[in-house]
Amino acid sequence: MGRITLDKVTKSFGEVNVIPPLDLTINDGEFVVFVGPSGCGKSTLLRLIAGLEDVTSGQIRIDGKDATQQAPAQRGLAMVFQSYALYPHMSVRKNIAFPMKMAGVPEDEQKRRIDSAAAALNLTDYLDRRPGQLSGGQRQRVAIGRAIVREPSAFLFDEPLSNLDAALRVGMRLEIMELHKRLATTMIYVTHDQVEAMTMADKIVVLRAGNIEQVGSPLELYHTPRNEFVAGFIGSPKMNIFGGNPAQQHGATKIGIRPEHIAASTETGTWSGVVGVAEHLGSDTFLHVHETGLAETVTVRVDGELPVRHGDRIFLSPDESKLHRFSEQGLRA
Amino acid sequence: MATQHSRAAARLMISPAVLLLLGWMIVPLVMTLYFSFLRYNLLMPGMEEFTGWTNYRFFLTDPAFFDALGNTLLLVGGVLLITVIGGTLLALLLDQPFWGQGVVRIMVIAPFFVMPTVSALVWKNMFMNPVNGLFGHFAHFLGLEPYDFLSQAPLASIIFIVSWQWLPFATLILLTALQSLDQEQLEAAEMDGASALSRFYYIMVPHLSRAITVVILIQTIFLLSIFAEILVTTAGGPGTASTNLTYLIYVQSLLQFDVGGGSAGGVVAIILANIVAIFLMRMIGKNLDA
Repeated sequence: MGRITLDKVTKSFGEVNVIPPLDLTINDGEFVVFVGPSGCGKSTLLRLIAGLEDVTSGQIRIDGKDATQQAPAQRGLAMVFQSYALYPHMSVRKNIAFPMKMAGVPEDEQKRRIDSAAAALNLTDYLDRRPGQLSGGQRQRVAIGRAIVREPSAFLFDEPLSNLDAALRVGMRLEIMELHKRLATTMIYVTHDQVEAMTMADKIVVLRAGNIEQVGSPLELYHTPRNEFVAGFIGSPKMNIFGGNPAQQHGATKIGIRPEHIAASTETGTWSGVVGVAEHLGSDTFLHVHETGLAETVTVRVDGELPVRHGDRIFLSPDESKLHRFSEQGLRA
Repeated sequence: MATQHSRAAARLMISPAVLLLLGWMIVPLVMTLYFSFLRYNLLMPGMEEFTGWTNYRFFLTDPAFFDALGNTLLLVGGVLLITVIGGTLLALLLDQPFWGQGVVRIMVIAPFFVMPTVSALVWKNMFMNPVNGLFGHFAHFLGLEPYDFLSQAPLASIIFIVSWQWLPFATLILLTALQSLDQEQLEAAEMDGASALSRFYYIMVPHLSRAITVVILIQTIFLLSIFAEILVTTAGGPGTASTNLTYLIYVQSLLQFDVGGGSAGGVVAIILANIVAIFLMRMIGKNLDA
């Protein structure tokens, strides 16, 4: 009840081709995250699935039925918008009731669903307030509540957490994941934040310029990125990627090594460099090492206690088994 | 920082401006009040004497007063109804993307720049005149008898002319309000299964309520004192069929030379305008609260 298939879907705005032919299957109950840099077409793709934009060609099937020409409301999907898009003149209760009112759900059934959604989302005390009187996190929960009561076959989230502050974002992230476990409904989630993608997804779809670069579980993407773009995009801090001599020694045009797979030492190592900025997180320290002859900056994760200072010489040794090799086309070799 | 001292200094320094404005308002008001208690006729100069409430009694018992009162309310109400409904529909239309949008928007606003006397004369002579007017010619073309708008339906004709002038104002304000509506709200409503009509009723109308309030309040101020359109088209006639309060006061003081009676009418008009204002604020003022 929530299997969405995109079959050679394209989208152009006038002359500009935003989505080239694209195939994708989202299975029932999956939590799928669309991730990519700004302007990669991930929101457009979500809006195509929602029906808020018309596809230029191709087919969208929901549970096997062709939904390409269906109006948004008929597709049985619910969407949570980045700006929450709550109706400011209605109370929280009326906001949540609105989709049921439009669908002609009986009053007592409406009340039952509102009460259960409000209880699940901790909104019971706020039902008679207006959205303007709520905090960002509460508004977000109202928007989710409005989506839940429709009992949709899939939820669509369009960067729902980007307007929240960092602490609240982590909390809401957990709440959404909890909700997914409880409802077991398909969820499609758009974000540009790869940390959100890694922590929440069953399946990540990495997009660039409308193209799917790779589809896979978070760890698949982390361990075996299909190309240089995915390698650089997934992981925080970014993977170190460099070409030249050291790459050729490993038989590749370019090689990539994650900061956490480089060992640092003050005495010996494969490469040497000068310590620049150190970012102390307590558990770890990220060192930005310069003058290595590899790239302008190499990021290294070291133990929080390593006694190095700005300007010190440091030696780096990559874990050879964790090295990623890329061909000339940027593909994984 | 506004200390006690600097605040006192600020008050001292703005006081000349406040006093000037106060005097500007008080002097004419007091003079009108004073004249309204005088027997003061321009045909009998130098014969002014205090008459108490006589002017008020004459003005308020004049059958023309009740006609004028009804006409004023009809005029204000009719024009408000037409401009708010028509303005909303036009704003919805102009909010759609179409070719030549910029030019059309300017053309829609144009009537507002035509001065009232001119627009009323244009309507009177070029459209509504049964002999030379376009409507007369059109009626001839259909083989019908031309309709003499300004003598058969004088008040309705004036309401129409004034609406034509004020429709752009309402359209403009409502259009800007419509453009400030968050598109995601409309999309959310669409996802929620609201039809175009429900989206208009549940999302757009509440969003427009504040702008509509502003339109109603501002227009009421100006519509209560409509004068030029009546003077150049019907001169208040036939009889008192298109006389409003403003025009009645003009007739009283400048055509009948009765300054005292006109002043009494002015004071009555002030009181009535305030009653209308109180009613309006009671009814729709809550829309202005954030």
